[in-house]
Amino acid sequence: MKNLKYTGMVIFLIGLAIFTTTPFLGNVKMTEAVMLETLDEQKLGNLEVQLREQLLDKEFSSAFAFSRAFIGIYEAKNEELKANKEWGQVMHTKSASVALDLSRASNNGIVTQNKWLFFFLTFGLGIIGALFYIIVDLKLKGPPGIKNDGIYHDTATNRGWIGVLTAVWLVTFYIVLYFHPYIMTDAISLTDPVKGLFKEGAMASQWFLYGLLYCTSMLVMGVRMYIKYRHNKYQIVRTTSVLFFQVIFAFLLVEILPLFGLPGRDLKNAMPLDYTFLYKYNIQELLDAGQFGMFLIIWGFVLSIIVVPTLVYFYGKRWYCSWVCGCGGLAETLGDPYRQLSNKKLWAWKLERWLVHGVLVFAAILTVFVGIHTFTSLGGVNDGEGVSTIMGISAFDVRDWYGFMVGAVFAGVIGTGFYPLFGNRTWCRFGCPLAAYMGLVQRFKSRFRITTNGGQCISCGNCSTYCEQGIDVRAYAQKGQNIIRSSCVGCGVCSAVCPRGVLKLENGPEAGRFGNEGPIVLGNDGFQLNQ
Amino acid sequence: MDKIVIIGNGISGVTAARHIRKNSDSEILIISAETEHFFSRTALMYVYMGHMRFEDIKPYEDWFWEKNRIDLKFDRVEDIKTDTKQLVMKSGGSINYDKLILAVGSKPNKFGWPGQDLDGVQGLYSFQDLESIEANSKNAKRAVIVGGGLIGVELAEMMLSRGIAVTFLVRESKFWGNVLPDQEGKLISRHIQKHHVDLRFNTELDEIIADENGRAKAIKTKDGEIIECQIVGLTAGVSPNVAFIKNTNIEVERGIKVNEFFETNIKDVYAIGDCAQFDQGVNGRRNIEQVWYTGRIMGETIAQTVTGNRLAYNPGPWFNSAKFFDIEYQTYGWVFAEKLEGEADFYWEHPKGEICIHVVWDEVTGLFKGLNVFGVRMRHDLFDKWLRDGAGVDEVMANLSTANFDPEFYSHYEKAIVAQFNAETGRNVELKAKKWWRNLIRN
Ligand SMILES: Cc1cc2nc3c(=O)[nH]c(=O)nc-3n(C[C@H](O)[C@H](O)[C@H](O)COP(=O)(O)OP(=O)(O)OC[C@H]3O[C@@H](n4cnc5c(N)ncnc54)[C@H](O)[C@@H]3O)c2cc1C
Ligand code: SF4
Ligand code: SF4
Repeated sequence: MKNLKYTGMVIFLIGLAIFTTTPFLGNVKMTEAVMLETLDEQKLGNLEVQLREQLLDKEFSSAFAFSRAFIGIYEAKNEELKANKEWGQVMHTKSASVALDLSRASNNGIVTQNKWLFFFLTFGLGIIGALFYIIVDLKLKGPPGIKNDGIYHDTATNRGWIGVLTAVWLVTFYIVLYFHPYIMTDAISLTDPVKGLFKEGAMASQWFLYGLLYCTSMLVMGVRMYIKYRHNKYQIVRTTSVLFFQVIFAFLLVEILPLFGLPGRDLKNAMPLDYTFLYKYNIQELLDAGQFGMFLIIWGFVLSIIVVPTLVYFYGKRWYCSWVCGCGGLAETLGDPYRQLSNKKLWAWKLERWLVHGVLVFAAILTVFVGIHTFTSLGGVNDGEGVSTIMGISAFDVRDWYGFMVGAVFAGVIGTGFYPLFGNRTWCRFGCPLAAYMGLVQRFKSRFRITTNGGQCISCGNCSTYCEQGIDVRAYAQKGQNIIRSSCVGCGVCSAVCPRGVLKLENGPEAGRFGNEGPIVLGNDGFQLNQ
Repeated sequence: MDKIVIIGNGISGVTAARHIRKNSDSEILIISAETEHFFSRTALMYVYMGHMRFEDIKPYEDWFWEKNRIDLKFDRVEDIKTDTKQLVMKSGGSINYDKLILAVGSKPNKFGWPGQDLDGVQGLYSFQDLESIEANSKNAKRAVIVGGGLIGVELAEMMLSRGIAVTFLVRESKFWGNVLPDQEGKLISRHIQKHHVDLRFNTELDEIIADENGRAKAIKTKDGEIIECQIVGLTAGVSPNVAFIKNTNIEVERGIKVNEFFETNIKDVYAIGDCAQFDQGVNGRRNIEQVWYTGRIMGETIAQTVTGNRLAYNPGPWFNSAKFFDIEYQTYGWVFAEKLEGEADFYWEHPKGEICIHVVWDEVTGLFKGLNVFGVRMRHDLFDKWLRDGAGVDEVMANLSTANFDPEFYSHYEKAIVAQFNAETGRNVELKAKKWWRNLIRN
């Protein structure tokens, strides 16, 4: 059995290693046709001479090498234009994404020639290996029940060297994905055949690769959740729900809707987590998409303003965070092995409140800026350019800051990259503005609470340790108080790991929601207990 | 201003200190020779098994004590001079007190077995035991555990988590026989065996055999069987840790003798928690109570007395809980191993044999007396109320759905339970639909 587990790990690592080497397997040669087809008029005008001289028909041994050369030319030209104050000629597209387009179209390496094969060697081996590794736990770990043995002895899950390596890999992946996608040209191309299943001959984007990887990780690690918590129906149902919403709503529908000429949107992605919703190009695109687009606009508002708070009132924010949300879904599956690493100290809670509410305020400002810009320009103000500067600050700058700091760095690089170091909900706890918004509702106006079972707590600390949101659950439970915290995502794991049956997530009348208010815990009749 | 000194930083001493602070500005000092800060003794096993780090089983962060002006001293009290109100410390010097609370806990029982002090032989009680079991586990292949109670099972689970095989010697004919009725004992025994523990009933330890280095290498049972092992776990109960008090003026029997106000024979000296022995069990309980919850209740109560509101120990209905490998156990009220006279009972077990419920009531009046549940969680508040109000067994059975505390979406068995209850007892209980539980408490 153990050997089977190790074999699984080896297969998985082979898949991972091949995936990680793909950037070195490219062979890029840009032809004239590709250049003329990929670059628009402005860029051609600016760059054609240099490109012909330096890049055309030259062979590069990787997409990376080609792209660096291209980006060098591109940025130098932009600098020159700016220096000459030729503002009209300055190119605004990110050089990295132009480089990606060119190297995608010009790549002729071993991966691009054998896409299905490499898809199997990376995704295929990864999935098979991981499943082997996971499924033998059914036998290895004994009868169903909480099996957290060795978590703090294992360097993968106790911030040891495997954890650090994992974090380095993940952070690198995210930096490449967001800021240097041309490096993964080959990795993207090996998902072309899957993209082709939706639309004959279509080329995958970096986001398609990411989406596919995201869904695969969630599904495979979802199998792990099913096995680990097979005794706990709450976990089973919840896991099924997040998997469903990720695969159907966030992935399949987004791919399928465009096949019918409709805008591909993730219908469950609510503002302000979805911070691009009000961007002009988005609203414009939806407006152009007729009735369905109009429906999407209205749904976007209804979802955030009515559906979200109403459901939080009835069920707590768990309905979104650990049942529906994609970020939450990844945290609850891929991130589950790391949940104990969240910081439970009081200072971390203080930091959390400042940060997450700070991001909420930032998101609100963004919404106002972008909203004003979008609707004034759609309303024809300034010849359709709209009002883009408010109090001397440009809406485009606010967009860029938010997109960079919150959208890419916080949610991606730190939020997921640091799973093995800070725990699996770093983004959800410290950064997500939607979570902050729902948290306010949950804290002040909701029927949800985690009930503490009278005086049964033995202060063991399992609940606090395995709370991914870093809530010191024990601090409440040992006093007989219920747990009502804005950050609780209702994952139910505190209740699952409690060895004394102390905690229950439940919805009920708001009266008495906070549980025992007195200093004395149930079981002592020498005092009058507040009931 | 009074200086209140507490010996022992376990649950009882720490609860006392916290509540004294709530009520008064007295100087408070807690002395312990075990660890600098309070930790949860009940969670020691999880540190060994790698579920948590030691720092995770400390219920309060280290700044808590200073913030609440609770002084801590990491030292051993060697002697208590009650006439001068002084404590003699191991590190030298002495400490004065105005009021002294003894919360010194227990120590594992050793019954004079030959070899009981060899290397590799140990109990599981203290932080030091945790360190030594860590050391003893290196290269160990088999452990023999002596004494079939809660701590024995925890130790077995710990050993198995490191791949160390376990032979478990139980003197009685079933597991935890002095507490659990037959059916529950069997259910748990089966579960323990399912985890590949070599469980031996009616087997007693005769002696522990040493190797040439003075380490345990095997044990011999009373039947003469020799079992090779590298670890011997002694978990045959605990008794009050009173050795160092025996030569003071404070009266000691098995534990430190106290009345229901925790007052010892010496003025201003009190004892609480595992180490206290009442003249007579309070509210029909044993006169020495060695559980977490009673330590906490005693701590809450003594805090009143030493801050001027003399309050008697008055615990509510008995409750307790534990976990045996994967099966949780809760109990409310009294379910004795042997039914008392005049008691009737009802037992239901799930066909798969890992979930059960055992209810006891008064045969004549129908008064509900207690409940054991395995593999199901129940609401403490409701049972506490039923037991205090003298509810009848029919009311309890009718409201089982509301009393259930399992997580959402779990399977419910109340229908089957009540049907079998009616069939076996000839009673006629109608299972009520689940209500919001507080509605049952309020009316
Ligand atoms: C492994 C284990 C698991 C358990 N699980 C459960 C459970 O699940 N549920 C339950 O209800 N109960 C459980 N118990 C029992 C429960 O932990 C005890 O009843 C409780 O901890 C007793 O608390 P206490 O404060 O009275 O004493 P202790 O916690 O024993 O504290 C006494 C302290 O005083 C110190 N001390 C003693 N003498 C001196 C001295 N001379 N100088 C300085 N310091 C001194 C000791 O070192 C110790 O730190 C368990 C016990 C063990 C060992
Ligand atoms: S308090 Fe419990 S349910 Fe809430 S996030 Fe923490 S572990 Fe999950
Ligand atoms: S896990 Fe349960 S018993 Fe342990 S501290 Fe939390 S609520 Fe208390």
